[in-house]
Amino acid sequence: MKPRTIIEKIWDSHVVAERPNAPTLLYIDLHLVHEVTSPQAFDGLRARGLKVRRPDLTIATTDHSTPTTPRGFPIVDTVAKAQVEKLIQNCKDYGIHCYPLGSDKQGIVHVIGPELGLTQPGMTVVCGDSHTATHGALGALAIGIGTSEVENTLATQCLLLKRSKTYQVRVDGALKPGVSAKDIILALIARIGIGGGTGSIFEYCGSAIRSLSMEERMTVCNMSIEGGARAGLVAPDDTTYQYVAGREFAPKGAAWDQAVARWRQLPTDDGAAYDKSIMIDAAALEPMITFGTNPGMGIPIRGVVPNPSDITDPLERDSLKSALAYMDLPAGQPLLGHAINVVFIGSCTNSRISDLRIAASVLKGRKVHPGVRVLVVPGSQQVKEQAQAEGLDQIFRDAGADWREAGCSMCIAMNGDQLQPGEYSVSTSNRNFEGRQGKGARTFLASPMTAAASAISGKVSDVRELL
Amino acid sequence: MEKFTPFESRMVAIPRDNIDTDQIIPARFLKTISKVGLGDQLFCDWRYDAEGKPKPDFVLNKPEAKACQVLLAGDNFGCGSSREHAPWALTQYGFRAVISTSFADIFKGNSLKNSLLPIVVPPDVHAELLKNPAGAVKVDLASQTLTTPSGRKVQFPVDDFAKHCLLEGIDELGYILKQEPAIAAFEAAHPAGIDTRT
Repeated sequence: MKPRTIIEKIWDSHVVAERPNAPTLLYIDLHLVHEVTSPQAFDGLRARGLKVRRPDLTIATTDHSTPTTPRGFPIVDTVAKAQVEKLIQNCKDYGIHCYPLGSDKQGIVHVIGPELGLTQPGMTVVCGDSHTATHGALGALAIGIGTSEVENTLATQCLLLKRSKTYQVRVDGALKPGVSAKDIILALIARIGIGGGTGSIFEYCGSAIRSLSMEERMTVCNMSIEGGARAGLVAPDDTTYQYVAGREFAPKGAAWDQAVARWRQLPTDDGAAYDKSIMIDAAALEPMITFGTNPGMGIPIRGVVPNPSDITDPLERDSLKSALAYMDLPAGQPLLGHAINVVFIGSCTNSRISDLRIAASVLKGRKVHPGVRVLVVPGSQQVKEQAQAEGLDQIFRDAGADWREAGCSMCIAMNGDQLQPGEYSVSTSNRNFEGRQGKGARTFLASPMTAAASAISGKVSDVRELL
Repeated sequence: MEKFTPFESRMVAIPRDNIDTDQIIPARFLKTISKVGLGDQLFCDWRYDAEGKPKPDFVLNKPEAKACQVLLAGDNFGCGSSREHAPWALTQYGFRAVISTSFADIFKGNSLKNSLLPIVVPPDVHAELLKNPAGAVKVDLASQTLTTPSGRKVQFPVDDFAKHCLLEGIDELGYILKQEPAIAAFEAAHPAGIDTRT
């Protein structure tokens, strides 16, 4: 048999039907549902009189329009409240298990899937959210979809998909102190651009990726879409199996042994060919930060903002010009030392316990700069409980940061957490698009370490000065 | 879905690369549980000032933009979030096609499911169109032909299946539902490893 990549192996084992002149009908093992992209899909089912085919492979939670204020508080935004209630009603009507607001397992959909052991190697996973690639960290083929495809999946547990190109992202070497998984992915996107992976699925491999913990791999896979890729994944290994073992929905006993034996067949075969490849030297990476209005506009923390006059393509030059105008940044200057108003530590990219631990290690015994508002938002209620058990919440509070309930929070600014027009943030989230963190908001994307260091100084900072 | 028929329209151009779905429709409008009423929110933060008044210099607010059914945009249009609200907002405003040198994957898929045609043209054609950004073009999906304002006929790629669905006005779900026997056979051969309800 021809050597295959893990991407092809998972794809091949989920083909339901292949017809001439049609995309492949692919089976979906796990469907994650949230309040924002699902109501119109459930309405579609109702209009056709259809049921949810596999409620046992479907799970729901509220995260996007969900406030991160104490859970006893009502949702003051009536439109958001109606949306959250609609999800709960839809789940009731169609027999789908939901972790609603107030549940001890509620959280960001891409945090709770792995945390509960629902996401497993070799699975096909979909969610009406572009950051679904997060689940690829476990060696799953995880694809973000729109609402029509949410409806298709609810009704048939299948999707019509065309095979994507395979794109190997090989990261070798050891990261230097102060450099993290977030810097790997920001560096990749800065190199290939936000459209660089369009039409492709990334497989992250190499010694630097192997050395990452599961949660760090999730950070890398999470932002695959910011490189334009349909998905991104890491082949499973012992790190993966140790992470999955014992989780609520993980196989147990003999089923566990069988599952691991099956998962060990997943990694890419020797000699398998990729459509595209890129190599990154982990040892050469610096902490990264974005300066512009898309995640590809990133520089090393001590770099300078590029100059539009150095760019020949007119549309590219105009894009950079308008990005710098929106961000109110001069070309050719360093970003280091730029004053900020807000620090956000959270989102499906960086809100897991290891992210909070590392942010706390920087903030411990230090104070947040008086001019800066700092939000720390755990990715799930379980992460929150764990952090509190370790006393991390106290470290954040003592430093002067705000410790919140789980949700997407300021990553998407549709839940009450947002910047004011013109404000600057250092944010551990995934998007710095215009207005992403609130109308007129200006976002610098960075790692939890960089965010914590910047919270202390009140300006864009190099965490290595504190290590 | 309505059948996608040939049409002629003037273009309206937003010549920027990497226009993301947060610009097409900001996230704060995603709290709706409806599919309709999104046309007014299209490009909201570029289109309206802080008081909600139309900005006169933004192209969609110019009188000549009215009734334009074709948007001409820069490379990698529709990147970012998977929100289908983006093509909903574009079609509800009145657009039937977007022309660019490339589209983000999820946006492209979402658009094709909502009778919004993403037309990919090579850079030289794109540059020609940008020289006459308010010019009229003809779009014929059946022959996959875009006729530029200068009369040049340009072939554009479309996935065969999506083309069939658009021309016939059928959606994917009906097609998938017809494959129930294959789905049932797959399920019988592949017992699920999880049950989310337990």
